[in-house]
Amino acid sequence: MKERSKFLLILSVFAAAYYVPWGHPVIRRSSLEAFFMLQEYAREHVLTCLIPAFFIAGAISVFVSQGAVLKYFGAQAHKFLSYSVASVSGTILAVCSCTVLPLFAGIYTRGAGIGPATAFLYSGPAINVLAISLTAKILGWQLGLARAVGAVFFAVVTGLLMALIFRKDDSARTTGQIHVPDTDEKQRTLFQDTLYILTMVLILVFAAFAKPASGSAGPWAVIFAAKWYITIALLIILGFMLKAWFSKDECKSWVESSWGFMKQIFPLLAGGVLVAGFMLGRPGHPALIPEQWIQSLLGGNSLWANLMASVAGALMYFATLTEVPILQGLLGAGMGKGPALALLLAGPALSLPNMLVIGSVMGVRKTATFCGLIVIMSTIAGMTYGALFG
Amino acid sequence: MEIKVLGPGCAKCRKTEEIVKEAVADAGSAATVEKVTDVMKIAGYGVFGTPAVVIDGDVKSVGKVPTKDMVKSWIES
Repeated sequence: MKERSKFLLILSVFAAAYYVPWGHPVIRRSSLEAFFMLQEYAREHVLTCLIPAFFIAGAISVFVSQGAVLKYFGAQAHKFLSYSVASVSGTILAVCSCTVLPLFAGIYTRGAGIGPATAFLYSGPAINVLAISLTAKILGWQLGLARAVGAVFFAVVTGLLMALIFRKDDSARTTGQIHVPDTDEKQRTLFQDTLYILTMVLILVFAAFAKPASGSAGPWAVIFAAKWYITIALLIILGFMLKAWFSKDECKSWVESSWGFMKQIFPLLAGGVLVAGFMLGRPGHPALIPEQWIQSLLGGNSLWANLMASVAGALMYFATLTEVPILQGLLGAGMGKGPALALLLAGPALSLPNMLVIGSVMGVRKTATFCGLIVIMSTIAGMTYGALFG
Repeated sequence: MEIKVLGPGCAKCRKTEEIVKEAVADAGSAATVEKVTDVMKIAGYGVFGTPAVVIDGDVKSVGKVPTKDMVKSWIES
């Protein structure tokens, strides 16, 4: 951090401490809401959802070979394969948003061209394990599923449209050698790796299993009653797998990489929860921003509300995962479900700082087209979802 | 000798830069270490994945943090 920005930071904290009317009832209520919301996350979501998700993300980044996936983005790769891999590769490649942009620039200038590159650019930040599992846990599985499906579908459509619109100047790019990450030698079969990651996904699913509506019987209630036993059994199985299939060094690098994600994401998420709590409050509890404003801007499922949500999502910068508490606050304050999905689809992939970098890679015209396509499609998806489930 | 660390500034890239600098100091080499953060320049090397280490135009590692011993062996060879 530059000395000048440090000074400005201290100055703004001081100014806030000096001038904010902390005694005013609205500010008191909002500050309290911020900490209630933080507590809700600490109690409900950290142990059962975030921690398992961090370990899964760590395992994917260490044990899934990125080189194998990246081969499909080379200039010679089959187009159909490039698009399919690009649209789902966010799950494996891009838990850290800072890896997305260089990869995108590489695919665009040296590799498979504008279509797969933009497909990857969109899907990368939108469908990583952490984002989808937290969305499903906090905002409901319907929205989580809609987000995952929407992101994959959008990635393919955006990529194809970009390739179609700019098909002429796709040839004027440099060719040259490409370097994909080195693949280490494998000690395990693909089946063992799959089983190992699947066990962890099941742990996540059962530990975070939501309480069914009271009085309901049937399989969901039975699973809920047994969820901790199932989770513990799965943990024991995981322990045996680690002992039998993995060396000490591998376990160490797995833990290190999970810890890396935690260090990177936890502070941002806690900050995001505090800000969302202060501005919007928990569902049913008013905070700083009056609920009528949000209802009039983003309530219901009108074209206007959906468009508003996608444009806001496209411009705003969401640090990894913070879109979830912000949406939780907005939904609680009266935002419609359609606009919520529109914001989720347009939000993480685009932001103003992001657009500047994309602009420097592929030029203003293509960047504007890319952003326009995403805003339009998010609006349509939001309206459809709102009409079906709203 | 000219060593370039490619990466837009995430935690892993900073770690790589640190390790490379330590390795250069340990080996007593007169190599220069430069951090490249511009995405277009990174793409210009054809690397798919960061952090990457480039020594005199040769791509040595891609998409991972190298160990200090690895970097030393590149410098000495």
